[in-house]
Amino acid sequence: MKKVKTPEELKSLQEEIQNSRDPEKPCITICAGTGCLTYGTQKLIDNFNVEIEKQNLKGKIEIRASGCHGFCERGPLVVINPQNIFYQRVGFDDAEEIIKETVLNGKIIDRLLYIDPLTKEKIFHEDEIPFYKRQMRLVFGMNGNIDPNSLEDYLAVGGFNALIKVLNGMEPEAIIEEIKTANVRGRGGGGFSMGQKWEATRNAPGLPKYIICNADEGDPGAYMDRSLLEGNPYLILEGMLIGAYAIGSNMGYIYVRNEYPLAVKNIMIAVEKARELGILGKNILGSGFDFDVVINRGGGAFVCGEETALISSIEGRSGEPRAKYVYPAERGLYDKPTNINNVETWANVPLIINKGAEWYRSIGTENSKGTKIFALVGKINNTGLVEVPMGITLREIVYDIGGGIPKDRKFKAVQVGGPSGGCIPESHLDLPVDFDALSEVGSMMGSGGMIVMDDCTCMVDVALYFLKFLEEESCGKCTPCREGVHQMRLILERITEGNGKEEDLNTIEWMGKAIIDGSLCALGGTAPNPVLTTFRYFKDEYEAHIREKRCPAGICKALITYTVDPETCNGCMVCARICPTEAATGEKKELHTIDQEKCIKCGACFESCKFDAVKVS
Amino acid sequence: MKARIKEIIDKYDTDKGFLVPILQDVQREFNYLQREVLHLVSAFLEVPISQLYELGTFYKAFSLEPRGRHEMKLCTGTACHVRGVPLIKDNIGRILQIQAGETTPDLEFTFETVNCLGACALGPILVVDGEYHGNISISKTNKILKKLGKKVKIDEES
Ligand SMILES: Cc1cc2nc3c(=O)[nH]c(=O)nc-3n(C[C@H](O)[C@H](O)[C@H](O)COP(=O)(O)O)c2cc1C
Ligand code: SF4
Ligand code: SF4
Ligand code: SF4
Ligand code: FES
Ligand code: FES
Repeated sequence: MKKVKTPEELKSLQEEIQNSRDPEKPCITICAGTGCLTYGTQKLIDNFNVEIEKQNLKGKIEIRASGCHGFCERGPLVVINPQNIFYQRVGFDDAEEIIKETVLNGKIIDRLLYIDPLTKEKIFHEDEIPFYKRQMRLVFGMNGNIDPNSLEDYLAVGGFNALIKVLNGMEPEAIIEEIKTANVRGRGGGGFSMGQKWEATRNAPGLPKYIICNADEGDPGAYMDRSLLEGNPYLILEGMLIGAYAIGSNMGYIYVRNEYPLAVKNIMIAVEKARELGILGKNILGSGFDFDVVINRGGGAFVCGEETALISSIEGRSGEPRAKYVYPAERGLYDKPTNINNVETWANVPLIINKGAEWYRSIGTENSKGTKIFALVGKINNTGLVEVPMGITLREIVYDIGGGIPKDRKFKAVQVGGPSGGCIPESHLDLPVDFDALSEVGSMMGSGGMIVMDDCTCMVDVALYFLKFLEEESCGKCTPCREGVHQMRLILERITEGNGKEEDLNTIEWMGKAIIDGSLCALGGTAPNPVLTTFRYFKDEYEAHIREKRCPAGICKALITYTVDPETCNGCMVCARICPTEAATGEKKELHTIDQEKCIKCGACFESCKFDAVKVS
Repeated sequence: MKARIKEIIDKYDTDKGFLVPILQDVQREFNYLQREVLHLVSAFLEVPISQLYELGTFYKAFSLEPRGRHEMKLCTGTACHVRGVPLIKDNIGRILQIQAGETTPDLEFTFETVNCLGACALGPILVVDGEYHGNISISKTNKILKKLGKKVKIDEES
């Protein structure tokens, strides 16, 4: 592409692209997000391309591989435009039929449609699906309409309008004022005001100033930052460009974990193309403003997501946090004023500039504005990424959007906020989801992981899971976190092994408080949250483990036994064939039994018995 | 070896600010961060060897030991955890007779756990030599391991 030299030139390029696109031209969009790729979508894309070749349709039908559409549960997803027909669970071999029937003949293929599980109605269009209907996909929705490697696609959906507006004479102070008025809070966990941080960095003495995009996404159960970066890298760049301009920075870093190869690749391509077009580099659009970005691949340590640790990691040292007597806004990267924001936070910037702070403020609750993307996962029917307005209730997310719990099991809790967050029980399902309400119940917005749990999830085990994770990830710099989390893990482990003592209940509580008070960074400062919330809401489960040596959910190995129910077993012999220790035995068509001496509780028989004859107790 | 390392370092303009990515590329090239390799990197970049070992031990992605011919990565992210990964993890460990994070003595298998792979809808996920297997169970992993030459009892009839 030719370099653009003024905002007007960029605008006319955008219009040129928009005008050259025929809205009636058939376009097949295939989701190529990480989830759908795992289903093997690449093969489907290849088949579409082969089919187009074969039928001589090149140039007549467009094929677009996009980022994640959010509804990963039903992947591979295909959307056919202009009709906006939504196909799900598409097979590799369906490519030919889709082109012949739907694209060329306008016929709908019934078996690929989504069926509303409640009404049993077939749904034709993406936006009519209950999963999407209750969402507000302001930031994430664009993903489905663009090929992340195509700058033209981004321009075609109105991309860089905000940058054009800003470089057309908006003063940096006015931009900061707009962001402050919008009252956006950081999506990376802490929920700090974005505008205030920008202002502090702008006003801090010292040059150069740096901005950083935090794409470390260390939460072991979340993937929205990755999906944004993979699916819409130009949106992040646009947000960063505006931020840099407002703050007075010429250099930005994107810190993305190396385990996200597709995100790394897509953002690298985006940066390259943006440079070619002249929206990164020197004298951007003739404004005199210089800005460029460096992609930094993180080594994959949770604590590196913490801003001071991240900065130390960019500087080429191991990622250890430091005490924040001085904020990065004053002394950050290479001791210079540095503004760091999360991927999703940056992604909100163009929206605010385009639509205005007042409009933005109208969405959400008193102190939490806009939308938030959650990774809705675990024991939930509709696994995926959901973007909802702040203030929506957990119940709406879990039931209306998420479609409830699989196999009609009973909802037990939803864990929000990852390792710093907490488990929220059914009694709080009507809680409006925003920064403050979540904190009030002992949880946190955190990263936006939302893990749904049913009655076969053991809450002590979940708490132990997070503790183990944090113990491993603690950088070890300060004692309360290093030793405290370790000790707490030992206690929980003891409880799950049936050796819990009555006084453990007390110890957990005071120890948790001590770790929170004494830790240097927020990793330790929030580490006890998963334990303390499960403790607060599911104390009975702890008590069952300690007093009755019983795991009510049937998870903790030391406290369960596998037995065969004589009523249901029909002697199919499967369990005997697979049991690694020959604990499960029996004759053909006769009742099988499990020798408890030999059984190592591997769970293989439980999983494989087709008649649910193996019971856990 | 020397030339290849030089090439990688040149790609980053011999910039010390890219230590982590340089080591990532070096590891990909040489399977693991062996001592000679680290010494060469240290000499080229003029950084103390201790700093490289600091990074090599701090970041999970780095390995100072040789890695196995087959790489098994089990997702132990939260969503996969609640869908039954612990039993699958124990099962793989029992069959390979190693703990997660280790390599079998015959250098056939390296077994690791990873955080969320972004495919929770298909959880639990096991990645074998780069290939993703979704909705895995004990019996599915057993079949995979059997294919790769391990002796495991599977139900032939199903
Ligand atoms: C242990 C720990 C891990 C963190 N991990 C992340 C992360 O993966 N991504 C992120 O954006 N912020 C993370 N944070 C928050 C950052 O320190 C920082 O507050 C954030 O990047 C600021 O951006 P925001 O204001 O846009 O949220 C983490 C914080 C702590 C204490
Ligand atoms: S709280 Fe934990 S992670 Fe944070 S500095 Fe202390 S030891 Fe390191
Ligand atoms: S697999 Fe189930 S039904 Fe078959 S023999 Fe074993 S317990 Fe009985
Ligand atoms: S749990 Fe495992 S060891 Fe025990 S009987 Fe079942 S298959 Fe055999
Ligand atoms: S990856 Fe396709 S919908 Fe998420
Ligand atoms: S937790 Fe395993 S893929 Fe997300």
